[in-house]
Amino acid sequence: MSDKQPRESFEHKMRDPALNPLGEPTQPGDRPDPDIIALGSEMAIAEADVRSAEDGEYVRGSSLWRDAWRRLLKNKLAVFGMVVVIVITVASLIGPALIKATLGITPDYIPSNDVKLIKSFPPFTGPNGEFSWSHPMGTDNAGRDQFARVLQGGQISLFVGVISTLVSLLIGVSYGAIAGYLGGRVDNLMMRLVDVLYSLPYVILVIVLLSMFRSQTARGQLVLLFVALGSVSWLTMARIVRGQVLSLKNQEFVLAARATGVSTFRIIFRHLVPNTLGPVIVYATLTIPQVMLTEAFLSFLGFGVQAPLASWGSLASDGAQNIAIFPWQLIFPGVTMALTLFSLNFLGDGLRDALDPQMRTD
Amino acid sequence: MSSANGQLLEVNDLRTYFETEDGVVKAVDGISFRLQRGETLGIVGESGSGKSVTNLSIIRLIPNPPGKIVSGEVVFNGRDILLLPPAEVRKIRGRRIAMIFQDPMTSLNPFLKISRQLMEMTQLHLGHSKAQAYEHAIKMLETVGIPDARARVDNYPHEFSGGMRQRVMIAMALSCEPELLIADEPTTALDVTIQAQILELIKKLKQETGTSVILITHDLGVVAGMTDHVIVMYAGKVFEQAKTTELFARPGNPYTRGLLKSVPDPTAEQGKLYQIPGSPPDVAHLKPGCPFAPRCERAEEICRQEFPPFVALTADHHSLCHFAEEVFASSEIEQTHE
Repeated sequence: MSDKQPRESFEHKMRDPALNPLGEPTQPGDRPDPDIIALGSEMAIAEADVRSAEDGEYVRGSSLWRDAWRRLLKNKLAVFGMVVVIVITVASLIGPALIKATLGITPDYIPSNDVKLIKSFPPFTGPNGEFSWSHPMGTDNAGRDQFARVLQGGQISLFVGVISTLVSLLIGVSYGAIAGYLGGRVDNLMMRLVDVLYSLPYVILVIVLLSMFRSQTARGQLVLLFVALGSVSWLTMARIVRGQVLSLKNQEFVLAARATGVSTFRIIFRHLVPNTLGPVIVYATLTIPQVMLTEAFLSFLGFGVQAPLASWGSLASDGAQNIAIFPWQLIFPGVTMALTLFSLNFLGDGLRDALDPQMRTD
Repeated sequence: MSSANGQLLEVNDLRTYFETEDGVVKAVDGISFRLQRGETLGIVGESGSGKSVTNLSIIRLIPNPPGKIVSGEVVFNGRDILLLPPAEVRKIRGRRIAMIFQDPMTSLNPFLKISRQLMEMTQLHLGHSKAQAYEHAIKMLETVGIPDARARVDNYPHEFSGGMRQRVMIAMALSCEPELLIADEPTTALDVTIQAQILELIKKLKQETGTSVILITHDLGVVAGMTDHVIVMYAGKVFEQAKTTELFARPGNPYTRGLLKSVPDPTAEQGKLYQIPGSPPDVAHLKPGCPFAPRCERAEEICRQEFPPFVALTADHHSLCHFAEEVFASSEIEQTHE
């Protein structure tokens, strides 16, 4: 992944007639070798370097990431995914505050002053059945604004996904990298532990964890959920990173680093981990929807986020109980979540294709 | 120069074995040599003769398992490296003994900027601050002839050509002014014009800094132009050891003669190139007797039965052969005839 593309682009640059280091018109197909030129005239190539630096061609940062970005932008589905994810994230982050500022409604606001309002209204419907903008997604059984709740649910769902993925990144990457680099008995021991954890049915594990340490407060429950999800989501990451490190550790640059006296710790975390970044980013992007789905599933079963906090899963759970009479209670959180999960998966797939040119199908 | 304090490195009876499923591979089996300060030692031999393993053993970089340094000593500046604790060895690596590897395409970390890889060395060993290390990195790049070093120091390895990358490797190796530079086939992966430049660069920097060099290669031309002493290795053993000029003029070992004959002579008419018949032996299953015997023109029954002695032909010319004296003498005669 790291080698093919850059070398291509470098050769391409050398073939570029405009970049003739001697500044002379070149024949088509003339390929000056920078070292041969350096042999003849060091000045000439120095000038050429400065010149092309001014062209912005030579001294550009990481063209690897740039190439990947370009490939990502070519993938329409991935761009769509990226846009949707950004829109939903931004809406979730600032939406509830915006609604509060404009309409004075918070997600957990129950209109207790008017008993008539404590019931579920369909979308775009006012208290007397007339058209109204105040509740574009309707209200739930307690008369709380569904739109605000979906946005706030998004906040928590995305937060759960991101935090659990970060935990999995932190534990999984270091665990896998250490196991892979040290190898031998240590590796065997560490990976067997992963195998054991893998073979446990993790949903049940999470449920047990959550019910064992059941917290009284909604926030405490949320923290527990992070811990529970994070503690099982790092397993695959560890395996992926270990595999990467196994194939990297025998490369010469690792030997070269060891030959310069770099410590094992530094080799693992400064030299090897950056090289695994591609697959790690891809897998992390795909872990977010996975964790969100698990969270939704747990909330649906009543183990996840507790009211008055809401997540897409808990909203869908509430809605599912009233699906026959108030279908909008299920449809809106459900569709929003599905759209987000689709988009994240598209983005993850796009990233994988962009970061690994060898896997491209085109 | 051969006084005791002029001696930088002494390797005594070094044995490095690899445990494989196929048996114990004696990659290096009883190597001894000395290196004076400021001197260049060439190690030649075919692939698999143990050249690289010898040098990895010197700085204790043999992967273990399966490899193991079974016996011997590597006395560097009066201290046996093989007996030092790992932390001490790490202080020697890069700081006092530096290495350059064969393939500059793979020996730089593709994900780290050149500057970071160069800075790591001096920050680690010389205690440089970031700014100091950065300036030092630029200075080193200039020393090895990278034009416009300041602009290029923040590039990534893939933005450099093969020759430039080898220059970077040399810059990295020399940035802490090591006493010993081990160059493991530094030009094998480069094309001929760049080879010459890199060798010239090593030569020049060696003269400027007084660093001793161990040059591993299978290119006899490189050995002739670069080294003071040569060791010829075969099947993990030293087959011949001599001053470079002497080895080329009067080889005392049939294997060395075969190697010298295998070098194509550009002035001769084009015809069949000479090659030593057969291929290097499987070092996991060596028969008693001389390991080169099956391929040797001079071999007799005794070569297949008994391991040859290490014969001293002159004070600093040794050869591992039953007929060392005879081969040495006949080389001399050929020499006078020419």
